[in-house]
Amino acid sequence: MGTSVFYFVATLSVIFSLMVIFSKNPVHSVLYLIVTFFTFTVHYILLNAQFLAVVNFIVYMGAIMVLFLFVLMLLNLNKDNEPLKSGAVKIVGVIAGCCLVVTLVGSLKATAVSDPVILRNPNLGLLKNLGKELFGPFMLPFELSSILLLSAMVGAVLLTKKEKV
Amino acid sequence: MDIAFVIEKFVLVAIIFGISLLIAMYSTYAERKVAAFLQDRLGPDRAGPFGILQPLADGVKMFMKEEIIPSNASKWLFMVGPGLAMLTACIGTAVIPWGSDITIGDRVIPLQVTDINVGILYIFGVVSLGVYGVMIGGWASNNKYSLLSAIRAASQNISYEIAMGLSIIALLLVTGTMSLKEIVEQQHGWHWNVLYQPLGFLIFMICAFAETNRAPFDLPECETELIGGYHTEYSSMKLGFYLFAEYINMFVSSAVMATLYFGGYNYPGMDWVLLHTGPIIGPLIGTFVFFIKIFAFIFFFMWVRWTIPRFRYDQLMHLGWKGLIPLAIANIIITGIVIAIIEKF
Repeated sequence: MGTSVFYFVATLSVIFSLMVIFSKNPVHSVLYLIVTFFTFTVHYILLNAQFLAVVNFIVYMGAIMVLFLFVLMLLNLNKDNEPLKSGAVKIVGVIAGCCLVVTLVGSLKATAVSDPVILRNPNLGLLKNLGKELFGPFMLPFELSSILLLSAMVGAVLLTKKEKV
Repeated sequence: MDIAFVIEKFVLVAIIFGISLLIAMYSTYAERKVAAFLQDRLGPDRAGPFGILQPLADGVKMFMKEEIIPSNASKWLFMVGPGLAMLTACIGTAVIPWGSDITIGDRVIPLQVTDINVGILYIFGVVSLGVYGVMIGGWASNNKYSLLSAIRAASQNISYEIAMGLSIIALLLVTGTMSLKEIVEQQHGWHWNVLYQPLGFLIFMICAFAETNRAPFDLPECETELIGGYHTEYSSMKLGFYLFAEYINMFVSSAVMATLYFGGYNYPGMDWVLLHTGPIIGPLIGTFVFFIKIFAFIFFFMWVRWTIPRFRYDQLMHLGWKGLIPLAIANIIITGIVIAIIEKF
């Protein structure tokens, strides 16, 4: 049952992520992206990683995508103020896209079909175990990444301050 | 998974859903009565004794109104908006423990739909998702006022989510678990978390007002500036859904506050009552007490609405970013230091 559910959700992920690039309206794109992230949350639950699932739910669906939607609504993009693309740009785009497809197909042909993932420790994703891992063996990388995020935040605040002066 | 388990959960979900709708319905009546009480008026008193049938009359009116979809609106999303608002309002009730376990024969029935070990985070996720109903509805209306309201709602929710999350972290330091059931069990016998986390509770409550778009933070529907805000273009039951979702949100956040900080279904003398009333009536008395706490919070929501004037938008942002967030961080640090000292000695 697990694999069939996985294939169903995975198909949905692929379909919705394709809808993100095929829909003309940027706001619709963002909404499809939100649904795509929701299918990722389901993937995490299938892997018994409850904490990661909920955090993905809160951070990506609840916070980052709200900001994306916020910015798009603020810009209010529509067909009237879309910059016109010349024919040359379109041709270049088609050629680049074809190259990418050829590369992808070539690399997919070379790789073998992967085996279904078997979790060595199915309880690893539960809150307690994950916390022990993060604050035990992975203490240093965990703290370093938090410093990285803090410096990015300070940088963002500084950029806004500079404009005011 | 046996059939009895599925039936049991299904019945529980149906009951909780029905109760939240009923409470939301009568919250509209209570709101008008409370407003009348605070302004020394009578309030609605025509439909039935004391106007008790007023919500039914309002509901029928909502259904009978003409359904209008603006011609330039994004039709599909215009319809999704209210439904999403309603959905996100309702799913929060799934992890709230409504009472201690009922024992019938040798079958133990927990009065909670599911006890996941990340219960608080689930509530937090649902709260952060709640803004999509407003945003999508406001954008799809293709109206400048609605759009402004949607943008306001987004920035307001994002800002107050941070302070809310930080106040929850301080609570987690005290409780050491994320399961709502365990948090309630820990508060048995006057160990209510509000006594250990008074500042955290204050921050959480202010953020709950902001997240449910209630006065004094109801800027997304600020009628003096934005006509009706995000639901300007809505009519009929779609408008009804938006108004209803606000009251369900209020009910759920009252339940969450009562669970996290005010002992949930615990009350003084609980053990004695449980011993003397048996395993079915006893837990139900606890549930009754829990609902009294919820109603007290709902009354408080209404009391504030009719007492404090609406904030200005820059005041709202100022309070959120420069007031509550530093306060919440200080609360975490103080809580951490105190816990470290207690554990050491």
